[in-house]
Amino acid sequence: MKNYKMNSALASAALVAFLITTGCHHKQAAAPPPPPPPAAPAPAPTANITVTPDSIAPGQSAVLNWTTTNATDVSIDGIGAVETSGTKNVSPTETATYHLVARGDGGSTDATATLTVTQPPPPPPAAPQQLTEAEFEQNVKPIFFDYDAYSIRPDAQAVISQDASFLQSHPDAKILIAGYCDDRGSAEYNLALGQNRANAAKTALTQAGIDASRVRTISYGKEKQFCTEQNESCWQQNRRAQFSLDQ
Amino acid sequence: MEASPNRCRKQAALLLFSILFLATTLAKAQDWVHTGTNLGAPKIRLAAADFKMVGNDAALSTAQLTFNQVLYADLTNAGIFDMVSKSLAPAVMPGSPQEINLSQWSSPPANAAMVAFGAINVQNGREIVYGWLFDAKNTQSPQVLGQQYNEEATPDTARHIAHEFADAIIARLGGIPGIAESEIYYISDRSGNKEVWQMDYDGANQHQLTHIGSICLSPRISPDGGRLAFDELNSHGSNIRIYSMSLHRMVSFPIHDGTDFSPAWAPDGNNLAFSSSRSGDPEIWISSASGFGLRRVTAYRGPDVSPVFNPKTGTQIAWISGRTGLPQVYIMESDGTNVQRMTDGGYATSPAWSPNGQFLAFAWARNYGPGAPGGQDIYVMDIASRRWIQLTHDIGRTDFPSWSPDGRHIIFQRTVGGHSEIWTMLADGTGQQALTKVGNSRMPNWSWK
Repeated sequence: MKNYKMNSALASAALVAFLITTGCHHKQAAAPPPPPPPAAPAPAPTANITVTPDSIAPGQSAVLNWTTTNATDVSIDGIGAVETSGTKNVSPTETATYHLVARGDGGSTDATATLTVTQPPPPPPAAPQQLTEAEFEQNVKPIFFDYDAYSIRPDAQAVISQDASFLQSHPDAKILIAGYCDDRGSAEYNLALGQNRANAAKTALTQAGIDASRVRTISYGKEKQFCTEQNESCWQQNRRAQFSLDQ
Repeated sequence: MEASPNRCRKQAALLLFSILFLATTLAKAQDWVHTGTNLGAPKIRLAAADFKMVGNDAALSTAQLTFNQVLYADLTNAGIFDMVSKSLAPAVMPGSPQEINLSQWSSPPANAAMVAFGAINVQNGREIVYGWLFDAKNTQSPQVLGQQYNEEATPDTARHIAHEFADAIIARLGGIPGIAESEIYYISDRSGNKEVWQMDYDGANQHQLTHIGSICLSPRISPDGGRLAFDELNSHGSNIRIYSMSLHRMVSFPIHDGTDFSPAWAPDGNNLAFSSSRSGDPEIWISSASGFGLRRVTAYRGPDVSPVFNPKTGTQIAWISGRTGLPQVYIMESDGTNVQRMTDGGYATSPAWSPNGQFLAFAWARNYGPGAPGGQDIYVMDIASRRWIQLTHDIGRTDFPSWSPDGRHIIFQRTVGGHSEIWTMLADGTGQQALTKVGNSRMPNWSWK
């Protein structure tokens, strides 16, 4: 994918280079041969065309500005006959070369200006950047632990697999894992237990294919409770590793 | 199933024997803990006369009331006196040695062996107190102590001078300095966040020290009282923070990735031990007091938390490890060698090393698990013999014991129905009383002096 992009970039660079060199070559080739002035000494026309800026994004516009001398008939390819000098707004959708031809009594000359239209980067998998916390929480479920334990239970392993597959489809999302403990036990010991729960969840995610560098861990011990009643279903709610989007 | 009469008799005999055995071991236990916690000597019968007002400053009567209450409470709290109750004391206020009639105090119903008395005056913005301690039975040369205090009069001065005089009496009669001027640091959520608070040893002057706005935990005052280490927990992690008591602001301490918490000062104030997960598993680490020179002390899978130095030697650390399952109390040399497990089961946390280096206090649920009988209580273990006694019984979940500087008292966190307060007691479990009554107060830490 990356190589392909690089190839196309190289190709367009070569194209631009080709256009420039051919442009120059064209100009040199089209330079009027010094007219042997035996009869009428009509002066040769000169022409100059610029475009400002010389590079735009699609939808933006640029200003063509041309001047000629000793010309009676001036035209720009794709635009048609124009005044001998003037300005014009242009907004092409792709890179354009403006080729001006000026004819006069003394012969003809031409000039070119190239306006590069930058192509927007192909809308990359922009979806992960738009991942909201709500979406994250909906798809990346917490896992729960046994009493005074930090090993991953079989039911938690299934949750981890689902969490990991969602996270794999959002490779730019960074993950914060917070370990929590129920209200029983001692506060300092529970900080360590919560850290071990967060570590265990991180290891499980890593084993399921998530790059460890995307994951940060923290422990809240028993300092933040999801449920404050004193019963087993409530305690179970509090013994968890919670995943959130790490901003 | 039916029991034969013979079997019943056997069981009864066994029961009787067990009770006798328990009684004798308990008696022994009480003996060693009393001796070790400086509570062993017979209590001295002490009377504290109300101090006499001298002068007529408007602030005097409030000052006198406070002084008398605080002095009496300090002497009662000391745990080494048999105080003469105010109702049994003679209804007199001797303001000087010339005004005291010792036989009034030494005879029934007061029966005092010692009597404290004196005078209090407020004059020209100064508070002046003369205090004496007399031996009531020695009429020839009764004076044991004569003190004079002259301090700027503020609303807190009477309380302060009473603490000073009480400590002087306790030092003279009890042999070691009193604790009336010591301080307690703890966590309270009464301002809305869990912040570090400070109070006097008797629960007076409760005030907020930190204004962090996140979660503060595990406050530990340095041995010289100049710095306070604690743990700040927020969405970025858990880190050791230092508050300067002299500058009244936070001072820098390096912040690392990972969870760092439960700091502990070495007795020389030059090192901090704490738990850190910077290497993955929470282990005990030691750094200098400024956070540098880090070295890891434990290296074993499972949580290692709550270190505390032996305050007597500074060369040993007690801590909590979950290396074999439920958390247990361990001790080791501070270089990580000579690891010894101290508790034989249950769920043991929050070790606190007694100032004389002889005991560990800790919280222990001896039968732990869903539905297990008993609660989580404070225990004291004699390190040399590994004998222990239980200090709290059936008063809810107790945790975070911390020793007073004189080793005679222990403060602890008591939680009933999800609500926590700080309580104090003598190191034999008697004299329990609440120090806080507002909000949730947790994790008390007693100053070193």
